Amino acid sequence: MLSLFVFAPAGAALVLLLWRGLPDRVVRWAWVGVSAAEIAAVAALWIRYTTDGGAGIAYEVNRAWIPGAGAGYHLGVDGLSLPLLALTTVVFCACAVYSLRHGERARQFAALFLALETTCLGLFSALDLIIFFVFFDLSIVGMYAVIAGWGHGAQAARSALKFFLYTFVGSLALLVGFIGLFLAAAPHTFDMVALTRQNPLAGSGATGALVLLAIAVGLAIKTPTFPFHTWLPPAHTDAPAAGSAVLAAVLLKMGAYGFVRIAMPMLPEQWRHYAIVAVVVGVLSALYGALAALGQTSFKRMIAYTSVNHMGYIVLAVGAAGMISGGDAPARAVAVTGAVTGAVTQMVSHGLLTGALFLLAGVLLDRGGTYEMGAYGGLAADTPRFATLTAVAAFGSLGLPAFSGFIAEFQIFTGSFATVPVGAGLALPGILITAALFLWALHRLFLGPSKHALSSAADAGGAEIAAIAPLLALSVLIGIFPRLLLDIIEPAARTVVELVAR
Amino acid sequence: MNEKPLALLPELLLLLGAVTALLCGSFLPRGRQSVAGWVAASALAGSLIAGAVAAAGSAETVYDHSYAIDTATSTARIVVPAATLLIIALASTRVAGDRRQSEFYVLALLASLGAVLLSGASDLLVLAVAYLLATIPLYGLAGWGRDTGGAEAALKLYLMGALAGVIMLAGISLLYAGAGVTRYDELIGGLPAAPTGVVAVGVVALLAGLLFKAGAVPMHFWVPDAVQGATTGAAALLTTVPKIGALIAAYRVLTVIPVDTGWPVLLAIVSAVTMTLGNLAAFAQSVPQRLLAYSTISQVGYLLMAVAVAASTDRALPALLAYLAGYAVTNIGAFAVVAALPHRPTLDDYRALARRQPWLTAALVICLLGLVGTPPTAVFVGKLTVFSAAWDGGMGWLVVLAVANTAASLFYYLRWLRPAFTGRSGHLVCEQDRARPATVVAVTAAAAAVALGLGAGPVVDAVGHAVIR
Repeated sequence: MLSLFVFAPAGAALVLLLWRGLPDRVVRWAWVGVSAAEIAAVAALWIRYTTDGGAGIAYEVNRAWIPGAGAGYHLGVDGLSLPLLALTTVVFCACAVYSLRHGERARQFAALFLALETTCLGLFSALDLIIFFVFFDLSIVGMYAVIAGWGHGAQAARSALKFFLYTFVGSLALLVGFIGLFLAAAPHTFDMVALTRQNPLAGSGATGALVLLAIAVGLAIKTPTFPFHTWLPPAHTDAPAAGSAVLAAVLLKMGAYGFVRIAMPMLPEQWRHYAIVAVVVGVLSALYGALAALGQTSFKRMIAYTSVNHMGYIVLAVGAAGMISGGDAPARAVAVTGAVTGAVTQMVSHGLLTGALFLLAGVLLDRGGTYEMGAYGGLAADTPRFATLTAVAAFGSLGLPAFSGFIAEFQIFTGSFATVPVGAGLALPGILITAALFLWALHRLFLGPSKHALSSAADAGGAEIAAIAPLLALSVLIGIFPRLLLDIIEPAARTVVELVAR
Repeated sequence: MNEKPLALLPELLLLLGAVTALLCGSFLPRGRQSVAGWVAASALAGSLIAGAVAAAGSAETVYDHSYAIDTATSTARIVVPAATLLIIALASTRVAGDRRQSEFYVLALLASLGAVLLSGASDLLVLAVAYLLATIPLYGLAGWGRDTGGAEAALKLYLMGALAGVIMLAGISLLYAGAGVTRYDELIGGLPAAPTGVVAVGVVALLAGLLFKAGAVPMHFWVPDAVQGATTGAAALLTTVPKIGALIAAYRVLTVIPVDTGWPVLLAIVSAVTMTLGNLAAFAQSVPQRLLAYSTISQVGYLLMAVAVAASTDRALPALLAYLAGYAVTNIGAFAVVAALPHRPTLDDYRALARRQPWLTAALVICLLGLVGTPPTAVFVGKLTVFSAAWDGGMGWLVVLAVANTAASLFYYLRWLRPAFTGRSGHLVCEQDRARPATVVAVTAAAAAVALGLGAGPVVDAVGHAVIR
């Protein structure tokens, strides 16, 4: 059943690809239909998971694939992956709805996105390192095709290549790390559950450190953290709106998810030893991303850099979670669990809000022809619906209470202050800078004298609102009723912390 | 003695096919020469089936331990005929109607026979004979087109081949002088007593021949010119079939050489230099054939990683065989795309291919990304197992280098793919004469590359046995 859920979009993609005569309208609605069905499926998975107790791995599929090489077809869902699976389906559906009115070569575009959805769902439900790697690599290939094929601007091919090379290097570093784990395990296996149980590199000295280095570099490139983030701004700037939304909202989470799913539970000793590095990198990313975003004049580049900032908090949180050991007081473990919970919540929150912001950036480019914020001004009066949506998304993204971002960042900081007060204190200005830059961006876009020729006809249309508003509504829902999400994450986060502390 | 002619049925079928095709070529009128092609195809198919049936039996050595029939030989007996079958199919448009079409088939069959014999040779003298049988037909095949490119290809190949062959024979003599025997099962006892220096020089000289066949540094100079000069079908064969025989032969012979001669380090260095040099040289290429030629050199580098750790881990052989099978089918797929589009001589000419030839483009994408090692294709499984084996065998540095090279290789494969998806199709040559058989081969090979990757479980299990002597 989980396999069907994961591979259904790919099957639909194949049909769309082979059925050449299909009219564009049908293609677009079929895409929306499949994405909506995936949301329904994930809702069903969610409800059954919570009614069954809401802990541990559910819906497991475990079959032999390449037994000679230690790789199995092992999928499953738990409290870490379920929120991300839900996020994936929601964001992809939003892109499908958004694309009802946008984009050329609809058939290929829809097929590509559906295939990409399968890679994301597969990655978040993978319980075997090779399956994880397969989907990780395929998502890179798919995203490359999106940027190279549908990107705008003269640099699109170049940005796509940069994206591919960077993240491909990251994926190969991951592969090296995976092979290290594989060879350390007895019997040799790539199975995540077995590797987590075995903790194969405990007390292995330099080997363990090098394996962690390989895995961490691979994940850090994807996340991305400072100093591996340089592929991100060009990729986002040149990608089509739906591509940017998926890249930021879902693909970046693969890196962050890898930390809590692979690096922390499988290499606990090494993670604890080098957690300070993650803290430092997290703080640097948060500050650097915020400052770089502050300096942007392009709306889309600015959002891209705020992604670096938001992902920095996640890295800070997982680093703070490494500052724990088995003999610590229970209060510390609770605080650290809060940090990990906050990190996962931040993944979801960032996905929803940044996905919305990138789609809004697409609307902006569609109407005004540029991302330069200086070219607009006064949009609040001319395009009120667009201005409202953007303002809501921006306030959510800067961490205003009643939005998911506040819940996430609050937990991250309370958890981090308990273990790494200095690091958390240093990262805190990031929130202030982000608030300032979003307000300033809103100011430039929406207030003051109008410098553009847009009339109210340029306001956000029905499909665009239908794509963006639900993302924001979900963010508010999580902000007001956080337990809906936290109840499912917390048990899994507790398990991760226990695994790290052993 | 264990003299069982029937145990050599797959090899005999190839020989019979070659002789019959030759007779067809000599006695049939020119209009009916295509019969030779069907003879060759049936001989290959028969050999493939016989090899597959024999693979199910137990491993043994025949003819006084001079020829081993085990997992490695069985793999070659299946992969080599299958590869040659695909190659004569992809070459059929170019070959059909040519005055010397039967010669092409005869030479291809003999080269395949040589490659299979190389992989099974368990005696230095059989190895020498197999080397000659696998090499001499290639000279003719490289020059088969009878144009200036073909002449250059044949000449380069011949000069390098003759040199490598002489050095190899000298190496065999030295090993014989040291141990007093030529059978591998006796060498393993005799060589440790021989002077280490003699054995070391002998091994290096012996490897010269095998590295030439595999197209590895420093015997790689023939590869780009031969691949560009020869017809595309011949080029595909030159870069696929001999590698299979040579690498298995190298594995088999090296496992009987004492490690204290230092061959693992030598092989690791050769592997490192081969993959790096092949990749660096591929960056600057603008002709698909030359790009593929350098790509095959770098692939040999990865394959040699498994040979380098032959003595230290039993993961090496399954990895080598799995990689060889995946490489063969993927490489042929890429050459088939080139063969299907004879009027696109440079990478830039592949502009807008995606709009005009979606199936060929899909095959090209799968094969090139497959050569990079993108999952879930066959070469990915090959790389995964080879990297694991190399690390397991204590050569972690080589794995890191190979990973860096893999990342670098992506760059030039994408240089080929990118034009295919960009540009407008208006100003392109008319492609009514697209070679249909080659298109079918390209799509088949691409599908096989994916199928071998997805269904790698049984494959890796099937090749998971050690060699016998």
